[in-house]
Amino acid sequence: MTDLIADLETPTAPAGTGTVRLGQPVSRVDGVAKVTGRARYAAEHPAADLVHGVVVNSTIAKGRIISLDTRKAREVPGVLAVLTHENRPRTRSLGLAFKDLTAPAGSPFKPLHDDRIRYSGQPVALVLAETFEAARAASRLVRVRYDERPHDTNLMANLRKAHRPRPLKFGYKPPPSEKGDARAAYGAAEVKIDAVYTAGVEHHNPMEMFASTVILGEDGHLTIYDKNQSSINCRSYVSRVFGLKKSQVTVRNPYVGGAFGSGLRPQYQLPLAVMGTLHLGRSVRVVMTRQQMFTFGHRPETWQRVRLAADRDGTLRSIEHVAIAETSRMEDYTEVVVNWSGKLYACDNIRLGYRLVDLDQYTPIDMRAPGAAHGVHALEVAMDELAVELDMDPLELRLRNYTESSPTEGLPYSSKELRACYTRGAERFGWADRPPHPRSMRDGHELVGWGMATGIWDAAQFYGRATAVLHADGRLVVSSAASDIGTGTYTVMTQIAAATMGLPLEDVVFQLGDSNLPLASVEGGSSHVATIGSAVEGACVELRQKLLRIAGRLPGSPFEHLTLDQVEFTDGSLRVAGSPERSMRLVDLLAAADEQRLEASHTLVSNMFRKRKWALGTHSAVFCEVKVDEDLGTARVTRVVSAIAAGRIMNLKTATSQISGGVVWGISQALHEETHSDHRLGRFMNHNLSEYHVPVNADISNIEVLFVAEDDRVASRLGAKGVGEIGIVGVSAAVCNAVHHATGRRVRSTPMTPDKIMRPW
Amino acid sequence: MRAFTFASARTVEDALDALADGGPGPKRFIAGGTNLIDLMKEDVARPAALVDINRVGLDEIRPTEAGGLLLGALARNAATARHPEVRRRYPLVSAAILAGASPQIRNMATNGGNLLQRTRCHYFYDVGTPCNKREPGEGCSAIEGLARQHAILGASEHCIATHPSDLCVALAALGAVVHVRSAAGQRLIPFEQFHRLPGDEPQRDTTLGEDELITAIELPPSDGYAAHSTYLKVRERASYAFALVSVAAALDLDEDGAVRGARLALGGVAHKPWRVPEAEEALVGARPTPAAFEAAAETALAGAQSRGDNAFKIPLAHRAVVRALGMALDGVPANTGLLGLPFFAGEPFEGTPLDRMDTEEQP
Repeated sequence: MTDLIADLETPTAPAGTGTVRLGQPVSRVDGVAKVTGRARYAAEHPAADLVHGVVVNSTIAKGRIISLDTRKAREVPGVLAVLTHENRPRTRSLGLAFKDLTAPAGSPFKPLHDDRIRYSGQPVALVLAETFEAARAASRLVRVRYDERPHDTNLMANLRKAHRPRPLKFGYKPPPSEKGDARAAYGAAEVKIDAVYTAGVEHHNPMEMFASTVILGEDGHLTIYDKNQSSINCRSYVSRVFGLKKSQVTVRNPYVGGAFGSGLRPQYQLPLAVMGTLHLGRSVRVVMTRQQMFTFGHRPETWQRVRLAADRDGTLRSIEHVAIAETSRMEDYTEVVVNWSGKLYACDNIRLGYRLVDLDQYTPIDMRAPGAAHGVHALEVAMDELAVELDMDPLELRLRNYTESSPTEGLPYSSKELRACYTRGAERFGWADRPPHPRSMRDGHELVGWGMATGIWDAAQFYGRATAVLHADGRLVVSSAASDIGTGTYTVMTQIAAATMGLPLEDVVFQLGDSNLPLASVEGGSSHVATIGSAVEGACVELRQKLLRIAGRLPGSPFEHLTLDQVEFTDGSLRVAGSPERSMRLVDLLAAADEQRLEASHTLVSNMFRKRKWALGTHSAVFCEVKVDEDLGTARVTRVVSAIAAGRIMNLKTATSQISGGVVWGISQALHEETHSDHRLGRFMNHNLSEYHVPVNADISNIEVLFVAEDDRVASRLGAKGVGEIGIVGVSAAVCNAVHHATGRRVRSTPMTPDKIMRPW
Repeated sequence: MRAFTFASARTVEDALDALADGGPGPKRFIAGGTNLIDLMKEDVARPAALVDINRVGLDEIRPTEAGGLLLGALARNAATARHPEVRRRYPLVSAAILAGASPQIRNMATNGGNLLQRTRCHYFYDVGTPCNKREPGEGCSAIEGLARQHAILGASEHCIATHPSDLCVALAALGAVVHVRSAAGQRLIPFEQFHRLPGDEPQRDTTLGEDELITAIELPPSDGYAAHSTYLKVRERASYAFALVSVAAALDLDEDGAVRGARLALGGVAHKPWRVPEAEEALVGARPTPAAFEAAAETALAGAQSRGDNAFKIPLAHRAVVRALGMALDGVPANTGLLGLPFFAGEPFEGTPLDRMDTEEQP
C-alpha cells in the first residue's frame, strides 16, 4: 500500500490546469515552490536540537596521517566532538559494504577509515558543534601532521602506464572487438586524418551543494535528507556501511538542486553526517562548501587519438579511436568514450580502444553524457578535419556515410531520424549559405565561422516500479522512489499519469524522493522517463483495467463485458468509446462500488529479448556560429541550432529546457570550463566559481531547439527515449569546427581558451 | 571564518578611534565586504576586529576646486559608473568599473574597497598551499605552478601575483590621487605610489598605513581625454572573470588630429596597475597611426617576462594595447558592457531601471 507520505513534499499543478496531453509543454508543477523558496533542499530541512558538522580536508595527495591534533578545535565554545579515523563510530571494514549501485570495479573510498591519504582534499576530520559558525571556526584549528609520500596526478605524463580497465560498472560497455582490419584499411586509403585531442578535467558544480541532514527519531530511526540521484542507493549504502537494518533508515531527496551525475554515488558528507549522529545521538547536518565540491568525483581528463581514412568521394574506409583517461588507485572508473565511433557512420573497418591510468586522486564520476561529451567531440572534430582534407561540405560527408544500422553491433536502429535532424537543422540555420572555405566571413574585428557536428547517446531503460492509487475524492496519487534533479520528473510523471487516466493535472500527485516508495533505478543516463514513465503508465493502465472491471459489475452497467480498447478515460470519467452519453465519473464509480481507494502497480523491467534485435540511440545535429577575435583569442557563440531525435517527447517545455541547458554546457566545454591541477601538489586549484569558469548569461546568445518526430516502442512503451544527455553531445565539436571555419586553425584541446585560439605569435 | 568583534562607526573619527581601540590582533575596516568576507571564509584573512564604515558618509561624488572630480571612498562602484559627471567627463572610469565583477558585486563594492582588493592567485586563496603573500617566507607556489593568470611585469622571486582591479587601471591611467585619513591627519597618495610591486614583501599590496582610511579618490581634470578613451578587457568569459590582460587607453587629440596627450595603463600584467609614462610620451606629438600604437605597445611591454603558462600574455598584451589605442582613436569606450549600447552616448539613465540598479550587460 502506497499512499501520501505525510511530511513528504508533493508539488501539484495549480487548480484550473485541466486535462493535458502527452507532449504538451506543461509548466513545472514544482515551479512555484522552487522560485518562492518553499521547496526545501537537503540542507534546509529543520530538525530539533540540530548539530552542525564541518569537514576538514587533507592538504597532501598521498601519505599517512602521523597525528591529528584536535585539542584547540575542541576548546572552541559550542564544539561537541571532532571525529577522525581514530574515534569514528564503527563501520563495516569490508570494501564491499561501501559499494553502491553505480560503483565501478575496485574498492570504494571509505571516509575517515584509516590514516591513509589517497588524494588531496580527502576528508580527515568532522568537527561537530552546536552552531555552524563554531564548527567552521574550529575546523580551522585542527592540526594534521602528515608523512607525505610521492604522488602522481598527471595523466599526460603517464600515458605509457595505461591499462585495460576492469569493466564491471552499471551501464558500462567495453569497446567492441575490431571490425574488419582498420589499420590495413587506413594504410591503403587515399585520404587520411590522424589527430590527438585532449580534454581537461571538469567538476559538476550543481547550484546546490552536497548536504545531508540526518534526523534522529525517538525510536532510533534515521530520516536522512540527502542530495543524490537515488534515495534507494543511498539508503542501501548507509545501512550496509553502518550495519543498520534497512527499516532503520529512510533517505529522502524530494528536491535536488542539480546533480549532473555527481549524485549517482553517495558523497562523503552522507556517511560523515551519519557518523555524527551515531556518535552524539543527535540530529546532524553536514554541508559541503563550494570548495569542497571539488573534493570528490569529476569528469576525467582524456587523451584521444582518432585516425580516419576515406576514399576521395568521402566514403569512410577506416575509423580508429583510442582514448586514455584517468582514474583513481581505488577504482577503475569507466565510461563509454569510444564506442560511439562504432555506431555513428557506415564503415567496414573499425578499431576502438579505451585505457585507464591510475593516479593519486579521487575516482572520477559520471558527468552529463559521460564519455560521449568528449568522445564524440574527438570523432566529430576528426570528421570535420576529414571534410577539410576532402574539400567537402562537412554535412555532405556525414550524409555520405549515413547508416541505418550500427556497424559494430550489426543491428538496425529501432528508430533513427538523424537524417531529418540534419535536414531540418541545416534549413533552420541556413547552412546552405555557408562559404566552403575558412576565413571567408568577417564582422569588424571578428572572424565569423559556421560549424556543425553530430551527437549520439543511448536510449537507456532500467528497472522501476510505480504505484497508482485513486482515492474516493478523485485524487490520484502515483508513487515511485524516483528522483527529480531539476529535470522535470515531477511534472512529466504527473503529466503521464493524468493523460493516461484522463484526469485534470491538478488532481494528480506524483510523489518521489523517498527510499520507502516503490523501487526505482538511479536517475541517470537519460533513462528516467523511459523507465519510471513507463512504470507510471503501466500502473495507470492497470488501474484503468481495475476500474473497468468494477464498472462492469455494477447493476445495469453499460460497461459490462467491455474491454479497455472499447472505453475511454477522459475528463475524470469512464465512458464507452464513441458514446459520450454512456459515461460515469470515476468518483461515482468508486462510491457505487463502495471503495475508498483503488490501487494498481506496475513493475517495469526492460524487455531485453526484444531489444537484443535492435540498436538503440538518440541523435542530434548541431549547427553553430562563432565570432572570433583572433588578435585577442576571444570566441563567442552567437547562434546555435540543435535538432534532436530522441523518441516521443513527453513535455515539449521541459525537454526543450534539457536540450538548451545541454547546449549551454557544450559551449562551456568548448570555451570555458576546466579544473586546473597543480601536479606538484596533486591538487585542483581553481576550486571556486569565480575561477572555475562556466558561461554567464552574456556568453549565451540564441539557442534554437528542434525536435524531429520519433516514436520508438522498442525503446519504451511510451515511445520515449530520454533527453537528459543528448543536448550536450556534439556541441563542443560544432563550436570547435566553427572556430576552424572562422580562423583556419584547428584547436585540438578543450576548453579553447584565448591562449589557444589567438593568432600565433 | 573565525570569531571577530564587530563595531559600527557613524563618523570617520569614530571609525579611526574604533580601529585604535579594537583590542589585540589585526583590525580591518569593512565596507562592501565583497572581497574581505570571501577571504575570511577561506581563512586567508583572519581579522580579530571589524569596523563597519558603511554609515560614515564618504559616498559623495562632487567636483573639485581644481576642476577635477572627487569620488567618495564609500560611493558604490555601480553608483560611480552611472554618475552623470563620471560618464560625461571620465567615461574611462565608467567603462573600467562596468567591465569588472558582476552587477550584484558592483552594487555592493565601494571605490575605496576596490583599491584594496587582494589578488585572485589560486594559491593565495587556498590555505592548503604555500604562499608568500599570505604567509611570508612559506614560498611562492605559483612561480613553478599554475601561472596562467600571473604577472609578466614587475614580479619578484617571492611573488608573481597580479592586481585584479579594473577600476584601478583606469585610475592609474588618469593619474588619480588617493585621499587617506588617520589620527595623524590627512595624506594624499599619488596613484602610482599607492600600489606596490611585490619585491621581498609580497604581503604588502599597498603603501596604505594600517591605521589609515581611504576617504576619497580624486580625479584630476582630464576632459581632453573624454572623447577618446577606452577600457579594453580580455577575459575568458563575457562577465565575472578577471582580466587576462586589460588596457586603459586615452588620447587627447589636437585640431589637426595629432596626439596632444596620451594615457596608457595595463591590468592583469603586474602586482599593480601598470602605467608606462615612456609609452605615453612617445605618442605625444605623433600622428595616431597603427605604427605609432605598435611602438607604444613595444615600449609598454619592455622587460616583460613570462613563466611557462603565461607566455601568451606578452603578445596578447601587445595586441590589446594596439587595439585599445585604435578604439580610443575611434571613440569606442569599451569592448564589453553597457557602454557599447547607444543610450550610454548621451541619453540619461534617469527613469530607467538602470537609474536604480546596475544591470547585467549583453554583448
